[in-house]
Amino acid sequence: MKHVDEFRDPVKAKVLLKEITVIAKELKERLKRPVYIMEVCGGHTHSIFRYGIENMLPETIELIHGPGCPVCVLPMGRVDDCVAIAERDNVIFTTFGDAIRVPGSKKSLLQAKAEGADVRMVYSPMDALSIAKNNPDKEVVFFGLGFETTMPSTALTVLKAEADGINNFSLFCNHITIIPTVKAVLDSPDLQLDGFLGPGHVSMVIGNKPYQFIAEHYNRPVVVAGFEPLDILQSLWMVLKQLQAGEARIENQYNRIVPEEGNKMALEAIAKTFELREFFEWRGLGSIDHSGVQLKAEYAAFDAEKKFIVPAVTIADPKACQCGEVLKGAIKPWQCKVFAKACTPETPLGALMVSSEGSCAAYHQFGGDRLDAVQAKAKLNIPINEARNA
Amino acid sequence: MNIAQETEQEVDSRKRKGKLVSKVITLAHGGGGKAMRDLIDDVFVQAFSNPVLNTLEDQARFHLSDLATEGDRLAMTTDSYVIDPIFFPGGDIGKIAICGTVNDLAVGGAKPLYLTCGMIIEEGMEVNTLRAIVKSMADTAREAGVQIVTGDTKVVEKGSCDKVFINTAGIGVIDKDYHLGADKAQAGDHILVNGYLGDHGAAIMDSRGGMNLSTNIQSDCAPLQGLIQTLLNAAPNTRFIRDATRGGIASVLNEIAEASSCAIQISEQQTPIRQEVIGFCEILGLDPLYLANEGKLVAVVPENEVEAALEAMRGHAFGKDSADIGTILPGGTAGRVHMQTSFGGKRIVDMLIGEQLPRIC
Ligand code: SF4
Repeated sequence: MKHVDEFRDPVKAKVLLKEITVIAKELKERLKRPVYIMEVCGGHTHSIFRYGIENMLPETIELIHGPGCPVCVLPMGRVDDCVAIAERDNVIFTTFGDAIRVPGSKKSLLQAKAEGADVRMVYSPMDALSIAKNNPDKEVVFFGLGFETTMPSTALTVLKAEADGINNFSLFCNHITIIPTVKAVLDSPDLQLDGFLGPGHVSMVIGNKPYQFIAEHYNRPVVVAGFEPLDILQSLWMVLKQLQAGEARIENQYNRIVPEEGNKMALEAIAKTFELREFFEWRGLGSIDHSGVQLKAEYAAFDAEKKFIVPAVTIADPKACQCGEVLKGAIKPWQCKVFAKACTPETPLGALMVSSEGSCAAYHQFGGDRLDAVQAKAKLNIPINEARNA
Repeated sequence: MNIAQETEQEVDSRKRKGKLVSKVITLAHGGGGKAMRDLIDDVFVQAFSNPVLNTLEDQARFHLSDLATEGDRLAMTTDSYVIDPIFFPGGDIGKIAICGTVNDLAVGGAKPLYLTCGMIIEEGMEVNTLRAIVKSMADTAREAGVQIVTGDTKVVEKGSCDKVFINTAGIGVIDKDYHLGADKAQAGDHILVNGYLGDHGAAIMDSRGGMNLSTNIQSDCAPLQGLIQTLLNAAPNTRFIRDATRGGIASVLNEIAEASSCAIQISEQQTPIRQEVIGFCEILGLDPLYLANEGKLVAVVPENEVEAALEAMRGHAFGKDSADIGTILPGGTAGRVHMQTSFGGKRIVDMLIGEQLPRIC
C-alpha cells in the first residue's frame, strides 16, 4: 500500500494545483471562457468525486464527465431484453453488481429478481461459467457489458466454455468500444472541449495508438490517466501544458500500467471472438456506428441473442431526461430539469443516476450541486482544528 | 430470598434430562413433542443455563426491585439476524445475535441484563453446527454479562429459510444520570469512534467468496457494553452513542446531522480504516464508510471531555484504536456530512441508497 500513498500525497497535490491554477488562468484569458476538459472514463469520474478533486480545482477549469460509464450508456430497450431473458423459466441470469439497478421501461433486474427471476450477482464472467457447470439443467446467461476493459475476460470465458464443451452457457453481449464513441462526442455540434483525460483501464488493453486521430484530426490533447488522485491532477496539468504550448499530442501519464501497444493477449482474445456491430444504441447519445461488438458467427451457440427471442425494442428515454446533454458536456448534471427532483439515486429516471460512476449520481452523492459546492467552499473550508476551537 | 435462590431450588426437580440422538435437525424437533424437548434441554438449556431459564416456564420472571437498583428506566430492543455465511472470520451468527442486541441496549446508556432467543432452523441442519452457534451465543452472553432467559424454537421445511435465523430481544436498565440522544449534539462537539471501520462488512463479503481475494480481514463483532460504561464514566456528558452497523459510519453520521440539524465534518486522515479494507474496497469499487460494523460505535462527546473519553476508551480492549474523527460544525448546511479527504479535497458523505453494489470495472 506504500505504493498507493505516493499517489495521494497532499503536499505534491498542492504543488500541482498551484501550477494548474496559473496555467488555467492564462488559458481562460486567452479563450475568454473556462478550460473544458473531459474525462471519458467513469472510473475517473468516480475518483474525482471520491477525493473531492472537483472542489480543489480553480473555477477556470471545468471538468466534463464523459460517456465512459458502461452502465450509464445502456439503453432502456437492452435492459428490457435482459429482464425478458431473466424471467424465462429455467434461466439463471448473471450480472455485475451495478447493472442490476438500471431501470428498464418497466423494471430493473433487481425488481425482476424480487418478483422471482433467478438473477445472480457475479464478480467475473468466469463465475457465471462455474454456475453453468454446477447447474447443467439450467441455462446460464451472462450479461456482458463494458468497454475494452472487461471485453477480454468475457472473450476468454466464451473460449473456455467452448473448450470445456459447456452448452448451457451464453452471453448477452452489450460490450461497447471506446473509439467510435469519443469520435461521436467530438463530432457533436454543441460540444466545446479543449482536451481529454484518456481512460486508463481501456488503454491497458488497446494501448495509446488508437487515440492518435484525436490529436491529428481534432487537434485536441489526450493524456491517458491513472485513477489515483495525483494521477488525475498530474494528467490535468499535462493537458494544460500542451494547451499552453499550443500542442496536441497523446501522452501516457499512466505508463506504469499502460503499455504503448496495449495487451497483445487480450487483443487477440477479443479479435478471435468478437466482431463490430453495424451500429449500437447508446442511452442519450442515440445510435453510433460500429460502437458495439457481438459474438462472431462461429460462437453463435454462446450468443444469448441467438438462443432466446428477446423483444429488442428501441425505447425512447423519458422526455424529461437530459442524459444525452450531460454525457456530451452540454449541460452539467444539476442543470437537468429533473435532477434531484424526479430523478434521484432511489428513483433514477436516467442511467447517469444509477451507477456511482454516473456523473449525476456522483454529484448527488459526493458533490451536491455546484451551488452547494460554492457554499461549502465559503462556509465549510475550516480546517478541523480551527473548527474545534470555534 | 432473591430470585436466584428461589429458582435454583426448583431446578433439579424440574430440569429435563433429555438427550438428543439425531445428528441433524428434522421437522420433529420443532413439533412440540419429546424430540423438541430433547433439543431444548440438550442444546439450549445446557449452553445457556441460568436460574431464570432453567425453570423452563413460558415466560421469564424478574423482581422489579432487583431491576430498580440499576437505574430508573428500562430499555428494550429486538433484532433478527440473518447472515450468509453463518460462520465467518471473527465470528458467527450466534455471536452477532448476542452482540447486536447487547450493543443496541448499551448505546442508549442501558446496562443489558436479559435476552431472549428465538430460532428458526432449516430442517437438515447438523446438530453439531447448531451446537457451535449456541455455544458461541452462550460464550458471548457470558462475556457481555447478560443472561438468555427465555426462547423459542421453530423448525421449517428445507428451503423455507436459509440455515438458521435468530431473533434476540433484550432488556436493560438505564442509570438515572444518562440521557443520550441524537438531537443533543451541538456545535463544537467531537465525533469519536472506537477503532478500525468496515472490518465486518469486508470480512463477510470476502468470505462469501467468488473473488478469491483471500484477505485476512476479521469481523470486529464484539459486545460493547463494557466499553460504553468506561466511556460514560470518563465523559458523563457524552451526548449520543450509536453502533455503526448496517449502512456503516456514513449512515450514523447522517442520522446525527439530521437529528441535531447540524453539519458534520470528518477528516479522512483521522478516520481509522485498515489498509486491507481500503484495498478490498478499491478492487470492488466500494466505499468503506458504508461497510457494516458489528463492534464499532460512534460517540458525540463535548469538547472538554474528549481527552478523558479517548484515554478511557483506549484503555479498553475494544477501544484500543479509538480516534477523534471530526466535529460538529458551528455553521454549514444543516444535516450535511462532509469529509475532508486526506488528499486535500472535500466531499459530501451522503446516506446510502439501497445496498452498495460492486462496480463493473
Ligand atoms: S438527472 Fe437523471 S435524467 Fe437528468 S441527466 Fe441525470 S440521470 Fe439523466
